[in-house]
Amino acid sequence: MIGVISYLVFFATVASILSIAVLGLNLQWGNTGLFNGGVVAFFGAGAYGTLLLGSASQDGLLGGFGLPYLLALFGGMMIAGIVAWIVGLLTLRLRHDYLAIATFGVAVAFENLVRNADLLGGAQGIRGFERPLRDTFGNGFTYNLLFFVFVLILLVLTYVFLERLIASPFGRLLRAIREDETAAQSLGKSPSRVRLTAFIAGSVIMGLAGGLYATFYAFISPQDVLPILTFQIWAMLIVGGAGNNKGAVMGTFLIWAAWTASGWALSRFAPLEVQLYTGSIQFVLIGFVIVGMLLWRPQGLFPEKLVVSQSAKTGG
Amino acid sequence: MIQNLVDGFLVGSILSLGAIGLTMAMHMLRFANFSHAELLSIGAYVALVFDGLFSAIYPALAGAIAPLSLTWALSLSILISMAITGISAILIDRLVFKRVRAKGGELSMVFASFGVAMILRNILGLIFGLDPKLYSQDIVFAIVVSRDPFLLVKPDQVFTLIAALLIMFILHLVLSRTTFGYSLRAVAENPTLAQVSGINLSRMIVLIWLIGGGLAAAAGVFYGLTNQINPVLGRDLVLPIFAATIVGGIGSIYGAVLGGFLVGLASNLALVILPSGYSPAVPFLIILAVLLIRPHGLFGEERA
Repeated sequence: MIGVISYLVFFATVASILSIAVLGLNLQWGNTGLFNGGVVAFFGAGAYGTLLLGSASQDGLLGGFGLPYLLALFGGMMIAGIVAWIVGLLTLRLRHDYLAIATFGVAVAFENLVRNADLLGGAQGIRGFERPLRDTFGNGFTYNLLFFVFVLILLVLTYVFLERLIASPFGRLLRAIREDETAAQSLGKSPSRVRLTAFIAGSVIMGLAGGLYATFYAFISPQDVLPILTFQIWAMLIVGGAGNNKGAVMGTFLIWAAWTASGWALSRFAPLEVQLYTGSIQFVLIGFVIVGMLLWRPQGLFPEKLVVSQSAKTGG
Repeated sequence: MIQNLVDGFLVGSILSLGAIGLTMAMHMLRFANFSHAELLSIGAYVALVFDGLFSAIYPALAGAIAPLSLTWALSLSILISMAITGISAILIDRLVFKRVRAKGGELSMVFASFGVAMILRNILGLIFGLDPKLYSQDIVFAIVVSRDPFLLVKPDQVFTLIAALLIMFILHLVLSRTTFGYSLRAVAENPTLAQVSGINLSRMIVLIWLIGGGLAAAAGVFYGLTNQINPVLGRDLVLPIFAATIVGGIGSIYGAVLGGFLVGLASNLALVILPSGYSPAVPFLIILAVLLIRPHGLFGEERA
């Protein structure tokens, strides 16, 4: 029994961390219409940043600042934000495809950099710091449960923050730009500035998810920042429903459950020679999920509630 | 250094072929097609299948055309592969992109293209296996062109370069000398006006996929001939091809040709200063540099 519960806690922790990343993507894609083809780069920047800032100095590795945990996590988020700022500054003035290509490129370059740079751990990755407060809670089930609660609190905080942001005048501005850029511009708004803000904010949130992920495993390697993670995070958002934060979280749990279950089923029931191709089969499935949703239910399982106008809503 | 230059030129010709189709589709349908590079993989594998088939049926065709490792069977397969890949591109458009397009949203198309790329790449992996394949098991020795500076060139590479340039020249003739070429350019410039002048837009889209797919297939086979064929070929080439279109300016066919050569040269010259592990990141740096200096590319024009 405790085994099942402890697995559920593990599953829920990872799914909650991914939910945070999906919420960040929802701010960019769902609310602002920005296409981020390199979610992993920002996720990875947060993960690597957190571990490098928070760990004590290690041989031949950059960092070793040994910052207190929360500061390191914050630093990781900032690094993700800086990467987003550079990419956004160069691309957000241009046609949308440039952002798609540049973000895809930044993910390729990021994975390439961490795989090759010995200062960043190279192909072996980085072993992180000791998990925070481990001495107080031990390393067992209690610790994992408390870490889950910590992640859950951050997920709720992110959720509430985004909900309020979307309801705020800034959120209205985001949707205005997404729907009709020229009209928004004619009212004196600066679309490229607003888009850059939203892009950075979303990427910082992805950085938070990455930092938590690295803390949870106390390890990060180039294997954790492969392009497939970007696809998974998208599939979660598209299935859940772009523009709807509740849908984003639901979509994450749904897709992550499907992904783990399919991986388990394939490793359990598939013949040995097929198992080599488990990855390929899962990738084809997730490709079909993305294409299928776009073809038959582009609004997702939980569509965005469109508010026509504030006065129409309150005035009835 | 001179070796890097020559290698870069050879890789560049392959990238150019891939980038022409991509830039046409991107301009016409206004979306970044991340599945375009998978057409190169399809082309490479289709040629592999037909190469095997022809060699089995007519063993005489299996002989290599000296001094190349290219066989008569393979050269025939290239043409068939170009046709089949072009048709596959049309089919993919029919099945996915056209329907997504009808629902509106250019960005949904980008998502869809990622999904399509994922499906194609992994299905190829499932069919042909994950290990790399070669068209010919024969070892073809590189020719020492000069010893100082040291320069090695394989006959296949020379063939690839000449064939790629020939294909591009034919395309140039078609674009500049035929009614079809004029209509294509008209549609690229102003789709609405072109339609008013009696050009059938949906037929042009079909033709663009056919040409783009055909050129991609040739590029894929040439890549397989000079390197090897594997299911992740598309994944490795997608960024350099995009870089080529951005360097040339999205929508410019001649820009794509030049962009391909520039990206090929830059990627290979970068290896003079960078460790070779970093080469996949070079196209990204090129993209950043272009966006910084000349955001609309060499021949591109500003467009909302």
